Order: sequence, then C-alpha cells, then structure tokens
Amino acid sequence: METIIEKSLEEAFEEKIAKEIRIEPKDWMPEQYRKTLVRQISQHAHSEIVGMLPEGNWITRAPSLKRKAILLSKVQDEAGHGLYLYSAAETLGTSRDQMIADLHSGKAKYSSIFNYPTLSWADIGAIGWLVDGAAIMNQVPLIRTSYGPYARAMVRVCKEESFHQRQGFEIMMSLCNGAPAQKKMAQEAFNRWWWPTLMMFGPKDAESPNTEQSMRWKIKRFTNDELRQRFVDMMVPQAEFLGLTVPDKDLKWNEAKNGYDFGDVDWEEFWNVVKGNGPCNKDRINTRVKAYEEGAWVREAALAHAQKRAAREAANQAK
Amino acid sequence: MSQQKEWPLWEVFIRSKQGLDHKHVGSLHAADAEMAIQNARDVYTRRMEGVSIWVVESKHVHASNPDEAGAFFDPANDKVYRHPTFYEVPAEIKNM
Repeated sequence: METIIEKSLEEAFEEKIAKEIRIEPKDWMPEQYRKTLVRQISQHAHSEIVGMLPEGNWITRAPSLKRKAILLSKVQDEAGHGLYLYSAAETLGTSRDQMIADLHSGKAKYSSIFNYPTLSWADIGAIGWLVDGAAIMNQVPLIRTSYGPYARAMVRVCKEESFHQRQGFEIMMSLCNGAPAQKKMAQEAFNRWWWPTLMMFGPKDAESPNTEQSMRWKIKRFTNDELRQRFVDMMVPQAEFLGLTVPDKDLKWNEAKNGYDFGDVDWEEFWNVVKGNGPCNKDRINTRVKAYEEGAWVREAALAHAQKRAAREAANQAK
Repeated sequence: MSQQKEWPLWEVFIRSKQGLDHKHVGSLHAADAEMAIQNARDVYTRRMEGVSIWVVESKHVHASNPDEAGAFFDPANDKVYRHPTFYEVPAEIKNM
C-alpha cells in the first residue's frame, strides 16, 4: 500500500516538473530532490557570505568616497543575497544553525573563486566585471528553476547583480583609460582572475556527477560547459573593448560553431582549491568562524532581552 | 562552539506602494518584532521596494495542506456560472 502511495506521489511530482509547475515547500518531493536543493542553495548562500570577504578588505582602501560608497553597497547586497538564499533553503526543512555549522566544519562548500586573494584595487574591478558576470550567467537560468522559493530568491538576486557587474567594468575602464601603470594593474588583475572565473562554472560536464539528475529535475537549465562557453563568447569582446589581452594562447574564433575555442582549465588547480588547498581557504573560514563566535554573546543577549520584555509584557497584561 | 540557539524565524510582507496589498517577500531571523522590522528593511528594501512592512513570526502562520488541495478547492470547481462568460448576451446588447 505504502509503495503505491509513494509511487503516485512521485508521478504527481514528475508531472508537475514536466508541466513547468513550480514545486512549493510543503509539496511532496523525492528525498534526493530535497537533498540536492539543500546542498545547492546552501552552497550558493555560503558563496554570497564568504564572497563579502575578498571585497570587504578593500572598503577602507577604495580610492575615492564614491568608490567606497559603491563597494560598501555591493558588499551589503552580497549579505542580502546570502540571507534570501538561506531563507529559501530553510523552507526545505534545514536550519540556519545547521547550514552555518556545515560551512564552518568544511562539510558544505562555497564557490572556490573566493579562495583567491585581492591583491590590488584592480582586483575589485576584475571581480565585479568577471566574477559577477559569471555569477549572472549562472544565476539568470535559475530564475526558472523548479523550486519556487529558490526561483523567487533568484529574481531578487539577479535584479541587484547587474549593478555589481557594471561597477566592476567601470573600475576596469577607468584603469584602462588611465596611466600605463594603471593599465598594467588592470591587465595583471585580469590575468589573475580569468582562469579562476572559468572554473566557477564547475567541472566539465563529463565529470559533473550531479548535472544529469539536476537537469532532469529542472533545477539546472544548462550544463556547466554550455554556460562556460557562453561566458567566454560574451567576455572576449568586452576585454577587447578595454584593450586587455585574454591570458589564453589557445583562444580563437571558431566560425563554424559561432563561438570561441579556448584552452583547457587547469583542473588540477580547480580540485586542489575545492579540497581546501587554495591560497585563502583557511583564512576565509577562520574569518567566518571568528565573526560567528565573537558575535555569539550579542545573539544570546538579544534573545535574553526579547524574552525578558515578552515576560514583562505578559505579567503586565495579567494584572 | 557556543550554545546552538537560533533567533525565531519571521515572515516578511511588504507594501511596495500606497494602494497595493502587502505581499510576502521571504523570511528572516530576529530576536523580536522590532528587530525583525529593522532587518526586513535592510534585507528586503535596499532599493525603495517598500513603504510599509509587516512581520509575522513564522510559527503563527497556519496553512492549507497542499496534498488535500484537490478536495479542498473542489467546491469551486463545478460552478462555472460564477463567471460572467457563462452567460450568453445577445449581440445587440452593448455595455454589459
């Protein structure tokens, strides 16, 4: 009996997916679908939160008040994006504390791109232009992802993300139109960030174990390689406009496929950073853990204060 | 690690402009209602998305059961006569 019910529930679920009807929090869903979403959404949230760190360290050193205000605003947006996403993940039955514990223990991953250092101001331009550009490429299709709360969170995220990319491009443009030393800074930052950005789309399709099922469930809409190709095709003309050289000797226009051929990502480096051995992995997690632990007394005090006030109010009403 | 104790979860509703309903936009954690409203402002209205915010502690929201949606909404299913298109209006009759 139970298996029959289970089967009809699964059929109803598959039918919704086929008809592009969004799945909502209390709807029945296969356990693996729930797990996949919790993993993907929480990792996405962690990426937003950890993503504040490489840029945050430039807020005090931004070259003008305008740049400082813009960067502050962008970093605040990343915090907001993390919060939209955590709340979407919580609708699947996981808790905020659990997700944060998994980030701190290393069980949950976040985008490896944030394990690279921001050495100069030009890196802030490169991050906005390249990293946020790649994030947009990844995120826009997620507006149509099959899980309702995730899709709705992505609508908000994508609306805000395009300012991030434009401010980065503007920083790059100022540097490229500046003195030779500034142009050089821009090129060096571009060299540093180009390959790690291409890694953001994840492993090659053939080596991405989750892609096939995620595509069937319409959690993902395009494969890693499809998105990587689109990104290269979009960015090369922008780099040319800036007068920057793409650090890839194999980059070549391919008329037949109406896109660029490009060199292979250094997958050894990719897996090495994923496994925790990138230049900043330890530093990033230590910073998060420290902030969390040092903030514990504030969270406890706020809760104690709220409870005390609620008790006082209840006592007053009882009088 | 410190004691694991989460702030309660709140659902956030925002009126985007005068004349429109408050609409659910998401949720957040806060110690009390006042903090929930301030956090909602920072998280959900950074670009003037709202002129008014409601917060409700999530545990106070009661919902219909999606598994019973078919039967639950069934009473409205066969009452097509509740829609104006059910009625035939002669072509000569204007403005109805």
